Amino acid sequence: MSGHDLAVIGAGPAGLSAAVQAAELGLKVVLLDEQASPGGQIYRALEQASPALQAMLGPDYSYGAQLLGTMRQSPVDYRAGASVWQLNREREIGLLQAGKAQFISAARVLIAGGAQERPFPIPGWTLPGVMSAGAGQILLKGGALKPAQAVVLAGCGPLLYLLAWQYLQAGVRIAALLDTTPKANYRAAAPLLPGALGLPGYLRKGLRMLRAIRRAGVPVHKHVTGLRALGSTRLEAVEYQQQERWQRLDTSLLLLHQGVVPNVQMSRVAGCGHDWNENQLCWTPTLDEWGNTDIDGIMVAGDNGGILGARAAELSGRLAALESASQLQRIDQAERDRRAAPLHKQLQRERKARRFLDVLYRPLPQFRIPADDATLVCRCEEVSAGEIRRTVELGCLGPNQTKSFCRAGMGPCQGRMCGLTVAEIIAQQRGVPVAEVGYYRLRAPLKPITLGQLADAAE
Amino acid sequence: MATTDIIIIGGGLHGCSAALHLALANCSVRVIEQSYVGRHASGVNAGGVRRLGRDLAEIPLSAASMEIWHGIEDLVHDDCGFAVSAQIKVAETETELAQLRQRAAQVQALGFTHEEIIDQAELRHWVPAIAPHCVGGLIARGDGHANPYRTTLAFKRRAEQLGVRFHENTTVSGLQRVGESWQVETNAGAFSAPVLINCAGAWGARIAAWLGESIPLQPTALMLMVTERLQHFLDPVLGAAGRALSFKQVDNGTVIIGGGYRGQAYPDTQSTTLDCRQLARNARTAFTLFPHMRNVRIVRAWAGIEGMLPDGIPVLGPASQAPDVFHAFGFCGPGFQLGPASGRVIAELVTRGQTNIPLEAFRSDRFSSS
Repeated sequence: MSGHDLAVIGAGPAGLSAAVQAAELGLKVVLLDEQASPGGQIYRALEQASPALQAMLGPDYSYGAQLLGTMRQSPVDYRAGASVWQLNREREIGLLQAGKAQFISAARVLIAGGAQERPFPIPGWTLPGVMSAGAGQILLKGGALKPAQAVVLAGCGPLLYLLAWQYLQAGVRIAALLDTTPKANYRAAAPLLPGALGLPGYLRKGLRMLRAIRRAGVPVHKHVTGLRALGSTRLEAVEYQQQERWQRLDTSLLLLHQGVVPNVQMSRVAGCGHDWNENQLCWTPTLDEWGNTDIDGIMVAGDNGGILGARAAELSGRLAALESASQLQRIDQAERDRRAAPLHKQLQRERKARRFLDVLYRPLPQFRIPADDATLVCRCEEVSAGEIRRTVELGCLGPNQTKSFCRAGMGPCQGRMCGLTVAEIIAQQRGVPVAEVGYYRLRAPLKPITLGQLADAAE
Repeated sequence: MATTDIIIIGGGLHGCSAALHLALANCSVRVIEQSYVGRHASGVNAGGVRRLGRDLAEIPLSAASMEIWHGIEDLVHDDCGFAVSAQIKVAETETELAQLRQRAAQVQALGFTHEEIIDQAELRHWVPAIAPHCVGGLIARGDGHANPYRTTLAFKRRAEQLGVRFHENTTVSGLQRVGESWQVETNAGAFSAPVLINCAGAWGARIAAWLGESIPLQPTALMLMVTERLQHFLDPVLGAAGRALSFKQVDNGTVIIGGGYRGQAYPDTQSTTLDCRQLARNARTAFTLFPHMRNVRIVRAWAGIEGMLPDGIPVLGPASQAPDVFHAFGFCGPGFQLGPASGRVIAELVTRGQTNIPLEAFRSDRFSSS
């Protein structure tokens, strides 16, 4: 026992604000994050970013500075480079830091693992020269690394347009933006527009970015319904389908993105219950209004609990901190509720605005469930869509059994890159809802550790 | 009410094997499985196909099973990933080697020749990567390993082809003797059959309790780990005389490490949790015998729910308190290898009323004090 009241896993906006708020309420907080510096994906490396880089990345990036500063000033025990490879129902955390594994435990644990990009399994997506927009952004933030050649961006969702805008600021040439937002989504999203107008800042920002992209002369091809990455040893061209016609663009760099989904690896390892979220086409941990999971003392905040964005993550982080303080009897319930009321209200507005984005950028089935049998689904074990379909013919009921049938999901990423795709392929093949086919059962170690490190951890 | 000749409770390997052998004997069979076939120990065990080191009482059954394993494809029309690789139990000291010698003599006295002593040189020959302090071992050359989930599914598929009906996600809630038949109540309705077979694994004692038997079965979560892919360095499956270890490298280069280390089993929710401190002990055992493994990464660990009995051997044979009921459960860890033969034994008991395999040690009433 190491005497922590609250262990927070992940130092993005949810984890940071939860840690700060909890410490303010008198809790002894340890904040564990696997990156070298705090901020999560959105504020990645912000503490080291030059003013020029900050200007290039835009105001939503710099916004994190205040949160980071507050955390640095607080008594939070922040541990950089600390990856969590195990979490169990007893709230025992397996930690790996500087090559040394150890166990710590806490009265309460908050999982704030953020989001990850939705897999985008098109033919050729594993070729060198094809990467995710998120990866492109990590390079920009981490070392201001920008592509020298002209790039093609493809997909849909706010992050894709943001990256396009940031690339333009950075002087990167964008050969084309292949927008996969279906025409029908505009119609479906229209009735939800009033909800989005509840937070007009988002819309204004979005429209400004799109305008800037058009003004810069980037060719935007809308309503793309098919994509293929071509090349023998590396990417040479991308083919896209628009109104039934296939067209070809030569390029050596293609960035793909079709939204983000909760990173539920940690809540899965802990054994928390999850539900299929049909609005966001992903799994989300089962949570109450405070972020409590179905396991006593384990909570989830931020995009880890369902995609709502960075501002909502801060709000849910603070709510989780209030709930923790109340559970540990540092404040009473009335105090918790009094402080929480405005946060709940603001979170509700964020939720309403998000529904608009969910509907507008709901990815097409053909970009989630590869029709071409040869398309790779599990990159670690090189398992194709066709192989997954064949396991269904052999009686495979869900992702858990595909592991035994064809090793899909058995690689070091523990299915992070293929889990959603495998679940959707099997559901489609069996003609049942995704909820019924389930997901991989995830187990420690969530991050590979050596036999030696594991043995030493128990000493 | 839907009626068959036989109802089997439990769709693990033993249940599927019993179903297949009974179908081959022209019985109509229904299998009721609370989850899906192969969900627990049958699907996630280490896949060891081993006679080596068995309880003496299990040897005839194990030997009979091995004969079936060597022709497994003829039986189930799938090779089940079965490969002969030899199994070796390593001795780290002369004392351990002496114990293994004694063991080999015991087995030979029973008329079986599959366990043989090897010296240090031969151990090195089989296992070049073994720690230098190891002095010899006990080998079963015809033993090997298979893919457990694929095997269980192969038995199921073949049984289905022969007309066996499987009811998955179907939970038994009660049993009743009605005239000359057993009536099985489930969440999917009632089924009846003159003969009932209990292959419910870690849940087997619950079924037995309904039939008036108290059997001290302990549900347990046996854990396994798998490493990253390594260059091929090992053919045989390794155990140790003085340590709890099971260690093998499979085709894709990964190494599967176990040895009976236990996590937590929750039979009511059909779930398990890992005990990382126990895994840590398991890890140390592995790199003590294979020093080069110390810096190898573990990619994943898991556990399956298995039924353990106090004497470490299964319950197999007729129920003691109820007519026309047969048990086959509580295989205590290494039951995977026994699956092909346990099903045949059950089929022989049902259709002929006898079997050549001695079952006295597996009686279900052996734990009762009277």
